[in-house]
Amino acid sequence: MNWKAFAALVARDAHVARRNALQLFLQTFLQPLLFVFIFGRVMVSSGYMPAVYKSLLLPGIMAISMVFTGVWAVAMPLIAEFQWTKEIEDRLLAPIENVYLAIEKVLFGMIQAIVAGVVVLPLGWLLLRPIDMGVHSPITFAVITILVAGFSACGGLALGCSMNQQHIGLMFSMVLTPMIFFGCTYYPWSALNAFPVLQKIVLINPLVYASEGLRASLVPGFPHLSMIAVLFALLFFDILLLAVGLRQFEKKAVS
Amino acid sequence: MAIGIRTVELRKVYNSAPPFAAGGMFPPRAAARDTKKGKQPKPEIVALNGISLEVRPGEIFGLLGPNGAGKSTTVGVLTTRVRPTSGEAWVGEHEVWRDQATVKRLIGVVPQRPNLDFSLTAAEILTFHGAYFGLSAKDRNERASHLLEKFKLTDRADQMVRGFSGGMMQRLSIARAMMHDPQILFLDEPSAGLDPQTRILLWELIREYNQAGKTILLTTHYMEEADALCDRLAIVDHGKIIALGTPAELKASIPGGYLLRLRFGKQPVELMNGLRGLIGVREVHAQDTTGADIYADRGGSLIPEIASLAIATGAELLDVHISEPSLENLFLHHTGRSLRD
Repeated sequence: MNWKAFAALVARDAHVARRNALQLFLQTFLQPLLFVFIFGRVMVSSGYMPAVYKSLLLPGIMAISMVFTGVWAVAMPLIAEFQWTKEIEDRLLAPIENVYLAIEKVLFGMIQAIVAGVVVLPLGWLLLRPIDMGVHSPITFAVITILVAGFSACGGLALGCSMNQQHIGLMFSMVLTPMIFFGCTYYPWSALNAFPVLQKIVLINPLVYASEGLRASLVPGFPHLSMIAVLFALLFFDILLLAVGLRQFEKKAVS
Repeated sequence: MAIGIRTVELRKVYNSAPPFAAGGMFPPRAAARDTKKGKQPKPEIVALNGISLEVRPGEIFGLLGPNGAGKSTTVGVLTTRVRPTSGEAWVGEHEVWRDQATVKRLIGVVPQRPNLDFSLTAAEILTFHGAYFGLSAKDRNERASHLLEKFKLTDRADQMVRGFSGGMMQRLSIARAMMHDPQILFLDEPSAGLDPQTRILLWELIREYNQAGKTILLTTHYMEEADALCDRLAIVDHGKIIALGTPAELKASIPGGYLLRLRFGKQPVELMNGLRGLIGVREVHAQDTTGADIYADRGGSLIPEIASLAIATGAELLDVHISEPSLENLFLHHTGRSLRD
């Protein structure tokens, strides 16, 4: 393992991210904050939604921001760089095994997802205060956050190495949008009790465990899936998507 | 110390369309045949069909051949970018597929189409490349500005490369490949799309790098380039080496040396036999129904005799093309096709 080369790969991504900071910021936070504002502020102050909805909503918004950022941060550059120009090739020729480039991408995507999650919380809190929410067990919260960031970035790797540029629109409408709406982000999983079949089907969506896990850790007063189930499910999706992502990456990287 | 390259019976069969630079225009022969039977097996494209060659330390070695011959795939295998189906590829003491990270440290690669990092400026492309190879910040900045100067890109150093012209991108790709001072430099069609002036600058830079004791492997389908630069050459066609040697040796191996491409009104047997009997004619190959390629020791002085022979056999001589000994003729001699076909 060539740590110097690995560090240089991280430095390159950090440099590019810094250059695109404003764009990244808007891309990451604009949509969730608009959501928070409309659903948490407008709907609640006008009385269409009860005030407790604010506490229910914010963990879901955090989950969306993290997943969206993690997938986007890894998948989009990969799709572009593996295209026609193959600009990723200069990094594939760095003196390090190819797999570490994929791992570097995942690691950097995770960092961005964690930043997105951790920043959206205080921003949401500012918009929604007063709000009844708190980190009751910092360790559980940290573990959940890392696992959520992990499956997002690994999912980005798998998607980014399986899709072509012309399929980006499809990725959003066919993968990310259903994931968000069936991801228990704006409602708890128990709200689907009236739709038993749907309630079972959504369990294949890793975002369900992200929303439920963050809800369990930030607002445990609301009904949520058991913490053990959430942790195992998140770990399972992390490993699965990492394995699929690395395999797809290797396929793309070497002909 | 300079290091060499060796391949043993290298084969590569693509199961899907090969990457553009590795013969994307290759005709999918097997695929067409199989789909007709109603089955849909994976198309198989044989890009390399047993390439064995040895590039000596410190030489400039050329792979010459038409598009789709397997040149880029050979370079791809040697630079860790293509996994060989069978056979071995060695860079110095290291087997390329088994020892990828070490091999990558020893080589610099200039791809056929520039693959510059579009998110960075020209100078950053060089300095980050240096960082991947473990150069200190001081070393990489010094080396980057030296190379930018040498490749006449200093005034563009801080611009994003997206807007660069093809020639500038090509120069920057070469500068990047030299950034970590590799022992072996691979150049895949380095002068494709360059204007003649830049091409000459490029040739000088390649020679200069070679004189510093580095091994260079380049692919080309320009005869002049192979002739001007290479110590030795392998002529590649359909994934096989069909001839190997110094440019002079290869040219000397063409029978006679001169090639006369003739076209007649018709092509009677007496004419062909008569042509074979002319003094200085080594080989006669009938082409289509009206043409003949003649390899001979002399060129223009044969024409009057050929013309009389044509009149005598009732076949009018319509067209004559004489070429002096060249690698182009060599390729034609071995494959029956012109390099540009």
